[in-house]
Amino acid sequence: MSDATTADTAKNPSRPEAVLAADGTPLKKSLNRALRRQKIRALMLIAPLLLFVLISFVAPIGDMLFRSVENQIVSETLPRTVVALKEWDEASGEPPSEQVYQALYRDMFISVERKEHTRVGQRLNYETTGISSLFRKSGRKMDDIAEPYEDLILDVDKGWKTPERWATLYDSAGTSLPAFTSAYEAFVETMTEDGKDPATTKPWEMFYSELYDDIATGDAAGYNGPLSAELAAVTNAVQGFAAPSFADAFTEIEEDWADHEVWGTIKVYAPRFTPGYFLTSIDMQLGPDGIEAQPEEKQIYITLFKRTLIMSLVITGSCILLGYPVAWLLANLPMRVSNLLMILVLLPFWTSLLVRTSAWKVLLQQQGVINDLLVWIGLISDEGRLVMINNATGTIIAMTHILLPFMILPLYSVMQTIPPTYLRAAKSLGATNWTAFWRVYFPQSVPGIGAGSILVFILSIGYYITPEIVGGTKGVFISNRIAYHISSSLNWGLAAALGSILLAVVLLLYWAYDKIVGIDNVKLG
Amino acid sequence: MASDSTNDAFVVFDRVQKSYDGETLVVKDLNLSLPKGEFLTMLGPSGSGKTTCLMMLAGFETATHGEILLDGKPINNIPPHKRGIGMVFQNYALFPHMTVAENLAFPLEVRKMGKSEREAKVKRALDMVQMGEFGGRRPAQLSGGQQQRIALARALVFEPELVLMDEPLGALDKQLREHMQFEITSIAHNLGITTVYVTHDQTEALTMSDRVAVFEDGRIQQLAPPDELYEAPQNSFVAQFIGENNTLEGVVETISNGECTVRVADGSLIDAKPVNVTKPGEKTLISIRPERVEMGKSRLHPDAHTLKAEVLEFIYMGDIFRTRLRVAGRDDFVIKTRNAPDQKRLKPGEQIEIGWLAEDARALDA
Repeated sequence: MSDATTADTAKNPSRPEAVLAADGTPLKKSLNRALRRQKIRALMLIAPLLLFVLISFVAPIGDMLFRSVENQIVSETLPRTVVALKEWDEASGEPPSEQVYQALYRDMFISVERKEHTRVGQRLNYETTGISSLFRKSGRKMDDIAEPYEDLILDVDKGWKTPERWATLYDSAGTSLPAFTSAYEAFVETMTEDGKDPATTKPWEMFYSELYDDIATGDAAGYNGPLSAELAAVTNAVQGFAAPSFADAFTEIEEDWADHEVWGTIKVYAPRFTPGYFLTSIDMQLGPDGIEAQPEEKQIYITLFKRTLIMSLVITGSCILLGYPVAWLLANLPMRVSNLLMILVLLPFWTSLLVRTSAWKVLLQQQGVINDLLVWIGLISDEGRLVMINNATGTIIAMTHILLPFMILPLYSVMQTIPPTYLRAAKSLGATNWTAFWRVYFPQSVPGIGAGSILVFILSIGYYITPEIVGGTKGVFISNRIAYHISSSLNWGLAAALGSILLAVVLLLYWAYDKIVGIDNVKLG
Repeated sequence: MASDSTNDAFVVFDRVQKSYDGETLVVKDLNLSLPKGEFLTMLGPSGSGKTTCLMMLAGFETATHGEILLDGKPINNIPPHKRGIGMVFQNYALFPHMTVAENLAFPLEVRKMGKSEREAKVKRALDMVQMGEFGGRRPAQLSGGQQQRIALARALVFEPELVLMDEPLGALDKQLREHMQFEITSIAHNLGITTVYVTHDQTEALTMSDRVAVFEDGRIQQLAPPDELYEAPQNSFVAQFIGENNTLEGVVETISNGECTVRVADGSLIDAKPVNVTKPGEKTLISIRPERVEMGKSRLHPDAHTLKAEVLEFIYMGDIFRTRLRVAGRDDFVIKTRNAPDQKRLKPGEQIEIGWLAEDARALDA
């Protein structure tokens, strides 16, 4: 009964039983007010770092990760083509209709003027090789496609050459010339961006073809502005004109435009967001029938991921094997000796990473110090020099050496807290040295192994410089591939997708580790 | 006499020396033998070598010279885990990653004992220290006193004949310590095991032990039962280390028939029992327990010498009174008197006369 009363009181603070501060305000409110100042001060103290991290780290990384699914370039650069392609069925095996080619002509012309066609070509080239050069070559020929229309209209009236004529036409067109209006708007936008005056700049050749299109479709009949007479003259000339096919024009420039695979790629990568980069990262691709495996010769990423994980595990394992005895010595030797040893452990931290890695190159290469020594003492023959660099062995040796301090230090800090009396107690209870170590000392040092392993594994899974220098082709990690896509191939989307997968793998492993060992058991210092 | 006791002794230190650095001896010529079932305490200030002796017995330190015998066999070359000696450590050294029951089962497991037998023994050991309910807990979930009991149970569970304890009660509060003193001795006596106990707490040593070995400077200064140690210290170190003690410096005047007279600093004569003095003219330190000093002549021998004293301080302590006096030029002379109805409460500045029975004042080495 009394319990019920207490619970009731707690739920209903407005009742007279609610605890009040000396001035009559509820105690909770009063306490919050008192703590607020402290909280604000704490926030102010971390604010500089927080802002720095947010601006220089979290935001760019977020943006980078977003690139792994972003694909707006296709639909933004080729908007008309993307819409027109919706009708086309790739399974037919036929190239698309004339409308699609016309839409492509319009998009291409504008994007060539805006110098954007090479970028979209490069983007699509990631998916189907050859599209980049297709776009680049075709870009130069767009004027050729417009040429028959230009000749046609200029034969009628040279006045169409002037920018003013087209400006007047646009101003008076209303809704009667939709194709031309759309082209002219793109023209104005481009000129404004380039800082030129559309009213005085040389008009695009595209205007001729678009005006022809408006006349041919009959839309131009609705025009009744100041240029009605000039337009009528053009209309007359158009009557006997046989317009060339856009499809033929494109195919003539480059045969690949008749290839349904090229069109399939454009259609598949039309949406604003795509899983394409992620699929590439796991050796898949987006085909017309959905997700399918990459052709065998292009499957490299799964292998690289597997290699990265396995080699990181091997490196972590060898760090434990080599680091454990050292950490034990550090924790158990007299202070003077262990301080000296500690300096030796920390020494690599004060040497440049690049220098250490290069030193391994000197030591491990076939004409290097170690091989020379082995030949000299006769352990191996001169012909049988060991290959220890530019392969996985080199990467493992060099990275184990470089990451060893990250294993030793957490191990040492944990071992330092294990009093030697535990071992004595175990021995006094009848345990042999080994049993005492294995049953009593080792279990207590596991948190150190855990912390060291997490550090070493996560560091090595994303390591770049050392595998790059000593890894050759068989010893490189996924991070080297990411770096390649960031700085050489400029396929940032794929780099972002690979990076996202790496991040996800690390988080997954961290989660698994927490489930199995428990993150509370990790002591970093 | 030494060789006699060696024959039936269970643990023997025979001329044992220990040096860590090759320059100074931490333990100098230690001879000690204790019979089966004895509770022996090694008592001494820190650095006196008592813990080193214990560690040599346990096997964690090796003797630089001399031999240690266990049940008649030399054990110098036997590794600790084969000695079968139970040990309780200062901070208990309970394995934190094992439960209480696992801790207790550990010595049985390494002896390859069967599971059912193991469980029975663990249960019996836990019951013995009244911790039967706590088998599933981790050491960190126990209080200091409970951990102490578990450590004791673990040292006893494999039924060793010799148990070593290295200041096991040091970390407990006073009340718990007194309780555990009683518990440890009663368990040790009930099981009939031989115990070597190291402490620097003289109360602990006196209340628990059959015999106490007082260590100082790497040597045993005196090895005796508690009452003898307190009432008949063999030298001035033991006299001062055990219990409260008044000392007076002086020179032996006469000596005969187990009694002597000593002239103290202010020229007065006092009676004493010669312990470490043999002839007149020797310098000596007289040791008198505060509770053996008498005020007034009524209980003394008619010819007994007395000293004049001035009361400096009177402290009321409930059951006793503690009075500080200036005697023979020293102002740290303390007497203790029982709080009896007829007992006079002295005031500072009062002049009194004090004396004692000759056998209560021991003339020791100076």
